[in-house]
Amino acid sequence: MSGMGGAGGGWTGAVRRRVVRALPPEKLLPDTQPAYMASWIYVFGVLTVAALIVVLLTGGVLALKGPAWWHVSGAGKYVNGLHLWSVELFMFFMVIHLWGKFFMAAWRGRRALTWVTGAVCFFTSIGAAFTGYLVQQNFDSQWIAGQAKDGLNSVGIGAFFNVLDFGQMLMWHIVLLPLVLGLLAIWHILLVRWRGIVPPIDAATIDPADATTREAAR
Amino acid sequence: MSRRPRKTAVPDPAAFPTRSYDLVKEFTIALVVVVLLTVGLAAVFSSPDVKPVTLASWSRADGADFTATAVSELGGTSGTAGYGPPYNHTPGAAQKLGPVGLQSAAGVRIPVDTTNDFVLRPLRDAPEPPAVTAALATWAAAPAARQQAWTRAYSDALAKAGRGAPAKGDYGPVPVLASRLLGLARSGALDGELQAEGRFYQTDYTRPLLFLSDGSYLESLARAEHLGGDQWGMMNETGNFPGQAWLWLYTFWYQIDPFKSSGNADALIWGLMALLSLCLMLAPFIPGVRSVPRWTRVHRLIWRTYYRDQAMERDRRVSGR
Amino acid sequence: MTALPYFYPGARLFAAPIDLNGAGRYVHWGVVQLSVANLVIIGLMLVVFMAALLLPFPRGRGRR
Repeated sequence: MSGMGGAGGGWTGAVRRRVVRALPPEKLLPDTQPAYMASWIYVFGVLTVAALIVVLLTGGVLALKGPAWWHVSGAGKYVNGLHLWSVELFMFFMVIHLWGKFFMAAWRGRRALTWVTGAVCFFTSIGAAFTGYLVQQNFDSQWIAGQAKDGLNSVGIGAFFNVLDFGQMLMWHIVLLPLVLGLLAIWHILLVRWRGIVPPIDAATIDPADATTREAAR
Repeated sequence: MSRRPRKTAVPDPAAFPTRSYDLVKEFTIALVVVVLLTVGLAAVFSSPDVKPVTLASWSRADGADFTATAVSELGGTSGTAGYGPPYNHTPGAAQKLGPVGLQSAAGVRIPVDTTNDFVLRPLRDAPEPPAVTAALATWAAAPAARQQAWTRAYSDALAKAGRGAPAKGDYGPVPVLASRLLGLARSGALDGELQAEGRFYQTDYTRPLLFLSDGSYLESLARAEHLGGDQWGMMNETGNFPGQAWLWLYTFWYQIDPFKSSGNADALIWGLMALLSLCLMLAPFIPGVRSVPRWTRVHRLIWRTYYRDQAMERDRRVSGR
Repeated sequence: MTALPYFYPGARLFAAPIDLNGAGRYVHWGVVQLSVANLVIIGLMLVVFMAALLLPFPRGRGRR
């Protein structure tokens, strides 16, 4: 059996060719960038990714010892502090990244899906943080659950997503939402690498063929 | 010249001059910076952990509030008893988003019968002194109207008495039942009874949390910490810790009319936030919104080096022609 | 309202030098009620955003 275009390898070969064509290694991990990528605003994407990794790792340490550990151990309390502050940093960097990308209109040039996946990452992160507050097992959790149930019940979500059910919220917080957020973040980053860094608004490139300046992105 | 600029695609980044840029080094530095910041912030500030309220701590700290709440649960007049879906069928209690009643449509999926779940069953599950057995029998034998008259009269008397003893009246078995429940709560037994419900393992705190939320004790503690819904509480945290500041817009709507005085505030604000979230997500497709970056000209600042180089290039071409 | 008492192992070792427990400080401005902690964070975000826009980015070696 041969794949499309005469090349072999069946489905596997077809998928490999497609992946390599879309994201050849030098595009996935380039060692150069367009010269216009010269602003500190560009570092907030990678800072957000770094913070997400710290959030996942510190959450992982909390998971190792179980949900009650941090209430009864100084080391646990410190790891909980790491988890909280990495989340604060994650949201901090993500919002600045969002502001930056908005003012760059970074969705131009077939990059709308990159923007959309980024926005969904933001909403998923809010959900992940929210469920984190619910599973602290302290006064905060009790009050937030009691308040949030009204909002969620008022639109029918509370009937299925019960914020008063600690077990359900813990599973969402440590399994479902991190998984979805992780996958979305990977998709988002691959889209950035695939499409490349968005050129400046109204950027003109020097066309080497006729050496005329071409206006674009009007 | 009236020729409109061609609506061309944004140029390929590969068509621009490049410079070396080490992504892996950048990521490593970012990770180190975030780790150091996190380690430092956690060491200096730690994290908040205010003790949870238990039915025991509530009933000991504010027995009058606990008793008043228990009587309202028994008589079916508490917030939970009249909540509507997903806890029970209460006509007209569900919120609506305009003509759409999503709360009703979702149905009663977490049934809660406050009379039995919060009061009668816990009393029966605990060892019963003879007076309580007799009071439970009297309650069970009375018609619903009679039961409600007793609880209403006792609720009124409790409210009038404040923290003192209520005036004498016809309250049937209600004072005995309420007093026994208070005793069970103070001993800590009620916390276990409401949670376990005959099982051993338990991870669902719906019932004890609803009971707690029906009283005014939990709310008074929350308000003291600026956590009330009308105090922008959603974005606040206990003590001086930062909270979920990213919820600023969601909590903002609760502070202003028409939402703050609406019985449908939760549904309306949820609907509004869903719409606004969709707008953020689909900003690239919304005329006007997608042009804001061009109008604000913040991009001239971000790409100032590029634009300056472009201008110099243009000048050179013009003078060279 | 009190935080959990420090009786568990390692509590003293990991105790935070700056205690953010206790009565929260809030600023009121018309309908706006904001905790000082959130205000600091939001203010820092704006400052960092502006700094990112304004500070010169080191120019790398050109290629092409």
